[in-house]
Amino acid sequence: MALKQVSPTDEFIKGLWRDNPVFIQVLGMCPALAVSNTAINALAMGLATTFVLLMAGLSVSLLRSFIPREARIVSYICIIATFVTCVDYAIMAISIELHRALGAFIALIVVNCLILGRAEAFASKNNPGRALLDGLGMGVGFTFALFFIGVVREILGSGTLFGVDMFPDGFQTWTVMVLPSGGFFAMAMWLLVVNWIRQREGGAEKQANERSREVAS
Amino acid sequence: MNEEGYWSIFLNAALINNFVLAYFLGICPFFGVSAKLETAVRMSGAVAFVMLVASVCAFGINLILEAINAPYLRIISYILVISSTVQLVEMLMRKLSPPTFRALGIFLPLITTNCAILGLALFQTNKGYGFTQAIVYALGAGAGFALALILMAGIREKLDLADVPELFKGTAAALVVAGILSMGFMGFAGLGR
Repeated sequence: MALKQVSPTDEFIKGLWRDNPVFIQVLGMCPALAVSNTAINALAMGLATTFVLLMAGLSVSLLRSFIPREARIVSYICIIATFVTCVDYAIMAISIELHRALGAFIALIVVNCLILGRAEAFASKNNPGRALLDGLGMGVGFTFALFFIGVVREILGSGTLFGVDMFPDGFQTWTVMVLPSGGFFAMAMWLLVVNWIRQREGGAEKQANERSREVAS
Repeated sequence: MNEEGYWSIFLNAALINNFVLAYFLGICPFFGVSAKLETAVRMSGAVAFVMLVASVCAFGINLILEAINAPYLRIISYILVISSTVQLVEMLMRKLSPPTFRALGIFLPLITTNCAILGLALFQTNKGYGFTQAIVYALGAGAGFALALILMAGIREKLDLADVPELFKGTAAALVVAGILSMGFMGFAGLGR
């Protein structure tokens, strides 16, 4: 693999903070809001999306010289749909409960703009190694974003984290957080945090990256 | 076969389980095109039309897939039908109404990746709706999408004039508005199932 210009680690890192798919690019919002009512759902959704991102990126990158320009979007969608079907059946085999909790949203990974966006903007122009790194970075960034939203919603909405009680008896749960509107509020709150950090840090990405981890943990 | 009445299906799709505000489907165009009222109206028209066609197609495809016992081809064939429909709508619009075509810009081809449409096709299959039921469901979903998008566009046009803190501008403010709107729609929950 000939890696030039941008270093491989940068391809990976950019998905975590500078080009974070959810908080900065605001892509793939539907699953980010819909299945983030508990931390575990959010994590599962993030991992499934990461897998599809990786595999679709790899395939598109390998086939990039064979796919005619005019038919590229349709070909990408076919590739993505194939892997989504794989994930759908794999999750059904691993845990039927999880499959029920995520519902149609696994199938809806097909129309996650993030995946098509990366295939079009990155994988179709770069070699497989870089496409894999980019997919991994974006996937991890997406998973983290979903996880953070999920943690806030689960702790406030049901008073638990991963099903373990977080508060003493008598804590009044904020039911609104598990309802659909809670998704919008939790996402808005994280966007504010991210905007605030970006404003303070200016252009210093490295520091911002570390800071985001501190804030999040 | 599902025995639900037409009126209940329509209300359910349009208000109680509104695609945008309760199921989070079609969030991208919801935030992307809701800055101006006029674009929002045109966009919802296009989406509602694609929904109707996609719903009819999905019903036919599902019959074939069940006949040849290949449910694993469902996702891939649905999405292909939807993208061809979108292409068709795009060509029609360019011919019939060039200003609308220009106003919608990038969001017209993006209807393909609007989860509301694939979601509609998948939900109607999962619920086992018959042919007329599926059409009513698509009409309801289209109406619900239009309602949410137009309400949001109306609010955002007013929001432009308001004094919003620097940090809150843009997506964050729109998200909070959507959250409040979604709470409002929860009030419809008593209407039916």
